[in-house]
Amino acid sequence: MTAYILRRLLYAIPILIGVNLLTFVLFFVLNTPDEMARMQLGEKRVTAAAIANWKREHGYDQPLLFNEAAPGLAKVTQTIFFQRSVKLFAFDFGSSDNGRAIGYDISQRMWPSLAIAVPVLLVGLALNVSLALFIVFFRATYLDLGAVVLLVAMMSISGLFYIIGGQFLLSKLFHLVPISGYDTGWNAWKFLILPVIVGFIGGVGSGARWYRTLFLEEVSKDYVRTARAKGLTERRVLFRHILGNALIPILTGVVVVLPLLFMGSLITESFFGIPGLGSYTIDAISNQDFAIVRAMVFLGAVLYILGLILTDISYTLVDPRVRLQ
Amino acid sequence: MPVMPVILWTDALVFLLLAIGLGFALYASRHEHLRAPWRRVARSRVGMCTLVVLACYCLIGVLDTIHFRLPLADQVSQPAGRQFGPEVLSLLDAWATPLRQRQEKTYSAPFATHLFVKEAITQPDGSVIRDYPPLRYGGQHLKDPSQRGWDIVATALRGLIGGLAVWGSIVAAILWRKARRRGLTLSVMFAQARAARTEVPWRTVLGTLAAMLVLGFVAGTLALKYHILGTDKVGEDVFFQALKSIRTGLVIGTLTTLVMLPAAVLLGIMAGYFRGWVDDIIQYLYTTLNAIPGVLLIAAAILMLQVYMANHAEAFESLVQRADLRLLFLCLILGVTSWTGLCRLLRGEALKLREADYVQASVALGVGHFAILGRHILPNVLHIVMITLVLDFSGLVLAEAVLSYVNIGVDPTMNSWGNMINSARLELARDPVVWWSLAAAFLFMFTLVLAANLFADVVRDAFDPRLRGAR
Repeated sequence: MTAYILRRLLYAIPILIGVNLLTFVLFFVLNTPDEMARMQLGEKRVTAAAIANWKREHGYDQPLLFNEAAPGLAKVTQTIFFQRSVKLFAFDFGSSDNGRAIGYDISQRMWPSLAIAVPVLLVGLALNVSLALFIVFFRATYLDLGAVVLLVAMMSISGLFYIIGGQFLLSKLFHLVPISGYDTGWNAWKFLILPVIVGFIGGVGSGARWYRTLFLEEVSKDYVRTARAKGLTERRVLFRHILGNALIPILTGVVVVLPLLFMGSLITESFFGIPGLGSYTIDAISNQDFAIVRAMVFLGAVLYILGLILTDISYTLVDPRVRLQ
Repeated sequence: MPVMPVILWTDALVFLLLAIGLGFALYASRHEHLRAPWRRVARSRVGMCTLVVLACYCLIGVLDTIHFRLPLADQVSQPAGRQFGPEVLSLLDAWATPLRQRQEKTYSAPFATHLFVKEAITQPDGSVIRDYPPLRYGGQHLKDPSQRGWDIVATALRGLIGGLAVWGSIVAAILWRKARRRGLTLSVMFAQARAARTEVPWRTVLGTLAAMLVLGFVAGTLALKYHILGTDKVGEDVFFQALKSIRTGLVIGTLTTLVMLPAAVLLGIMAGYFRGWVDDIIQYLYTTLNAIPGVLLIAAAILMLQVYMANHAEAFESLVQRADLRLLFLCLILGVTSWTGLCRLLRGEALKLREADYVQASVALGVGHFAILGRHILPNVLHIVMITLVLDFSGLVLAEAVLSYVNIGVDPTMNSWGNMINSARLELARDPVVWWSLAAAFLFMFTLVLAANLFADVVRDAFDPRLRGAR
């Protein structure tokens, strides 16, 4: 097991190098720092001196890959590639284009993101699974059909409409909760209710439908027939046997997204004005702050790989048949 | 009137897609293993109903894809040195010219005769009052504004009759053809269709067609007199915007899959067939791409494109071309983020197929690897490709809206549902609420995505032999 995890961690290194190279090419080779500076300073009438100045201020004034002017080892380290890309491996994100330390910002903004993402995930999981079990209990009836049609219809509505509708109904019309904003500590709860509700409603269509398919697949298996033949009640069959066995794909599906919860949700956070990593990313995109976008790309890749490894481990925990070697 | 045809990049790809679709339909009709599932789709009522809706959308989309430039008006007399206007129009634009050109000053509600905001109006006697000024076009044919309700009903009725007439002739034509082919009389054929005793559920098909035609005609006739879905901030007709957005949605939903298809199919079946180091490299490739959060990759790529476009403004002849290139680029980059799923599926399938007897036999007989890939593996994974194409469609249409909200979607000058939502979102804070842009985007998007989702379910059920017993 330890050897397996170690090997998976080693396997992650070439992937991260690949991600890094790709972002490097995307951000520095396809678009030179000169063009970036021109863009930031305002398109056309920019003097060469202003560009050089901007590059020096933001640390882009070094060569891309190889610094001839520097002595010794600094030939490699005094380059944009080393300063900006290699340092990411040590989680040294540097500073953003407006001068703030990205690492500090991330560590601060992580918590509001989690405050939204974790309840949305847990509430959604619990409600979706119960709803799916309920539908499967009434399978092949009009209730089943109606519920599936409703779920497909809900799936077909863009998430933006749920957010806009939720804000409009609950906040503007009924004044139940604030439209957007955030507060520190436990006072944040009233700002979190609406995003969590909207997050659940937006995800119930695809979520409950997916779990329903999982349960339906189990329903036709032999062990279920055996359980029924033993004379167990339908309720017991459903909750003990089917739910237990369907938990494996459900659990692994959840584990894979767990690390990515740190990244937050772009749309939800920016609509509800929550100072998490999602809105951080959106702001960076609209301000064209490439340093932050690069840092978030790297962080996302790390968390994705972490999710994959966790999934493999969780397989061995819930399913004794799976052995890692 | 001679026009100068303009083929934008996405137009060319849409035509290519249509050609591939036709070619594939021909191919599928000659191969039983592909024809049988489609026959199952054709027998499904939900499948055919949604297919009619999708076909209506596609028709509008295709009309909006044929672009041209009109000649300048004053030079028609001298055909030798004819000059063409700078504006790139589509057939839909030309057809809906009244909708396109009747621009109001700013917001007006659906079916309104007056603007939504008060303005200072100078009375004939010179005094100035603040009131809702009348619209320039909407409802201005009315002599007495209080007659509006009756006029709407009468116009709608005229549209209804027109729609039913067209529908009736289409029904008669279809049934007459079918009746003649089977040697039945028209009345027998009609009775069969009405009692739903035909193999293809013609009652459902024709019923849906009736609904779409009537809706279309009523909306069309009303739209000539009123702004049936209101006007937006700069006074453009929202109904027209929603119609124009159809093409954007369809292009994103289909071209994305088209552009990623070659890479996904080739790499997927190669990884599964060759295994070994080829497999390792391809797996490494798609794990790496998958590891980058999709939105960020799109954002990064679009930002790069913006920088490039800002620095090379002279390379683009017109705004339309620029917007079109951005749309194509968005499809490409969405394709890059979404090809991995299909690639992995195909790899798994190819792993299974390479052990099949006929593939082993080909290897033993000395057939080349690429001949095997082309002749034996590829035709047997085509159904997966098709299901993916259908299943991905609705997700991509929805993704466009979200991306446009973050400003990394289509060009802000391009009509799209995402842009409509984005610009309408802020107006919800107004009192009374400007709701019609949102409602229009919702209505058009919901219909398309719902139809696509239901259709995708039918197609998947028809192709997936594993699920067939379960239902």
